[in-house]
Amino acid sequence: MYTQFLDQLKRSLGVTKKDIRIYYFKGPVISFGLLMPLFLFLAFLIGSRNLSTDFLISGLIGMTLFFTATAVSPIIAPWEAQLQTLERLISAPISVATLIFGDMLASLIFGIGISLVPLIIGLFIGINVIYPIILISGIILAGVCFSSLGLLLSTPPTNAPSNIMMISSLVRFPVVFISGIFIPLGNMSFWGKIVASLSPLTYFADLTRYCIGGTSYYSILFDFMALITFTVLFFVLAVKLHQRTIYKRL
Amino acid sequence: MENVVEVQNLTKIYDSLVAVDHINFNVEKGEIFGFLGPNGAGKTTTTRMLTGIIRPNEGNAKILGYDIQKEPLKAKQNIGVVPETSNAYVDLSAWQNMMLMAELYGIPKKEAVKRAEKFLERLGLYERQNSKVKGFSKGMKQRLILCMALINDPILIFLDEPTSGLDVQSSRVIRDILLEFPKEGKTIFLTTHNMDEANHLCDRVAIINHGKIAAIDRPATLKNMIKRLNSVEISFDSIIKTETLSEIPYIRNITKEGDKFIISTEDVDNLIHSLADFAESRKLKIINLNTMAPSLEEVFIKLTRET
Ligand SMILES: Nc1ncnc2c1ncn2[C@@H]1O[C@H](COP(=O)(O)OP(=O)(O)O)[C@@H](O)[C@H]1O
Ligand SMILES: [Mg+2]
Repeated sequence: MYTQFLDQLKRSLGVTKKDIRIYYFKGPVISFGLLMPLFLFLAFLIGSRNLSTDFLISGLIGMTLFFTATAVSPIIAPWEAQLQTLERLISAPISVATLIFGDMLASLIFGIGISLVPLIIGLFIGINVIYPIILISGIILAGVCFSSLGLLLSTPPTNAPSNIMMISSLVRFPVVFISGIFIPLGNMSFWGKIVASLSPLTYFADLTRYCIGGTSYYSILFDFMALITFTVLFFVLAVKLHQRTIYKRL
Repeated sequence: MENVVEVQNLTKIYDSLVAVDHINFNVEKGEIFGFLGPNGAGKTTTTRMLTGIIRPNEGNAKILGYDIQKEPLKAKQNIGVVPETSNAYVDLSAWQNMMLMAELYGIPKKEAVKRAEKFLERLGLYERQNSKVKGFSKGMKQRLILCMALINDPILIFLDEPTSGLDVQSSRVIRDILLEFPKEGKTIFLTTHNMDEANHLCDRVAIINHGKIAAIDRPATLKNMIKRLNSVEISFDSIIKTETLSEIPYIRNITKEGDKFIISTEDVDNLIHSLADFAESRKLKIINLNTMAPSLEEVFIKLTRET
C-alpha cells in the first residue's frame, strides 16, 4: 500500500515534467497567467496613490500567485483531449489522483516561479519581509490551493481549451476583486467581509500582509487553517469530478 | 491453454444505443486474436473497456488475471495499448515521448533507455529520435505510438486499427513486428475492419457487428462455415456433358465455363472424392482441380448480415 503510494507519487512527477515541457509555453498560459495580472496591477497602481508600498507589493504577490497558479492547470485536460493524447495517458497504470497531482505540481511550480518576480522587485524597492518562513510556507500552500482550484475549473468535459479559459475567467476575476487585494479588509463593509471570507485568496493576501507589513486582519493560524481547508476541498473535489468526466472527453 | 483475457457479458450502453451487447470470449496466451467488424460495430468501445479506459454497464473482463475494474493499475502494468485515435505529444521529441511512457510505467531509467533504443531502431525511428513529433508523418507517428506501447515490455498488447490509413511501408513494418510477438510469448488483441489483415495475421478472429459477436474461430474454419459458398472448379482431358456429371453425389449446382465446370457443394471433401471416382470409372484424366473457398470477406458479409 505504502510502496504503491510512493510509486504513484513518482509517476506523477513524469506527468509534471511533461506538463512543464508542453504547457508552460502555450498562448493562454502566457496571456492569462502573465500579462493579465500585470495589466490589472498597473491599472490599480495608477488608480490608487495613497496606499503603502507594503500593501501594494503584498497585493501584487497575491494576485500574481493566484493568476499564475490557475493559468496552467485548467487547460491541460481539454488540451490533451483535443490533441488526442489523453487516451494514451489514461491507458497507463496511473490513477486519476496521480494524474491530477502531477498537473497540480506543474501548475504550482509555474505559480511559485513567477510569483518570485514581484517579491524580488519588492525587496529591491525596499520592502522588508518580517517573517520569511511564514511567507514561503504561505506561498507554497496557497499555490497548491490555487492550482487545485484551476483543476477543479477544468472538470466540465469540454474539449475546447477556450471554453475552459472562459469558465475560469468568470471565476478568477471576481475572486481577485472580492479578496481584499485592492482594498484593505478592515475598510470593507460587513457584506464585503462576508463575501471576501469565501475566497481563499483573501487569506493568502492577509497572510502576505502579515509577513511584509506586520499587520493582518485575521490571525495567522486562522489564515493557514482556511487555506488548508480550501486546498483539501478543491483537490479532493477535482479528483472526484475528473474521475467522472475524464471518460466523456474521449 | 492459459487465458490472458476473459470476457463475460461485457456490455456498454450509450444513451439508448447498445454499443457492445453482452459479449463473451477468451484470448489465449501467445495468439494473435483479431476483432473484425465494420465501422460502428463496437470494436473501439470493447477495446476501451478491456484497457480500463471506460467502464462497462454490465459484465466484467479479466486482463492477465486481474479484474480490470477492481484492480486497474495491476492489470494495466503489463499491457501495451495502441488506441485508435491517439497521438504522441507533438511538442516533445520521439525520445521524450518514450521516456514519459517509461516514467508512467515506472520503468527504471537504464532499462528504459535500452528498450527505447531497441524499439526506435526496430521501427525505423532511431535517426529521428530527437526531432519533435510535430514534423512526423502519420506513419511515423503510428510507429512511435507502437514503440511507446512496448516500453513496459508488455505480455499482452491491444491495438485498435493500428494500420488504418497508413502508408504501405509503415503498415508492413507494423504487421511484421506483430508477427514476431507470439514467438516471444506475447499475446495480441488486434481490432481491424480489414479482412486481409485479419486473415494474414490472426490465429483466431471474432466477427463483431452491432455490438454482438457473430462468430469466433480460425480464419480457415470461418471460411468453411459457409459451405454453401464453397465450389470446386474441374476440367477433364476429354469432353463430357454436364448431364453425365450431374449424376454424381454431393453436387448442388453445375455451371460450365469453357472447358471447366464450376460445381458448388455443401461438402467439398466428399465431392472431390466422388469426382475422382467418376474420373477413374470413365478413364478420364483430371487436368485441373481447384477448390474455391469463400474469402473471409464473403464470410464476413454473410455473418454480419445475419446478425
Ligand atoms: N462516447 C460515445 N457516445 C455515444 N455513442 C458512442 C460513443 N462511442 C461510440 N459510440 C457509438 O457506439 C457504437 C460503436 O462504436 P465503436 O466502438 O467506436 O465502433 P468501431 O470501433 O467498431 O468502429 C457506434 O454506433 C458509435 O456511434
Ligand atoms: Mg473503432
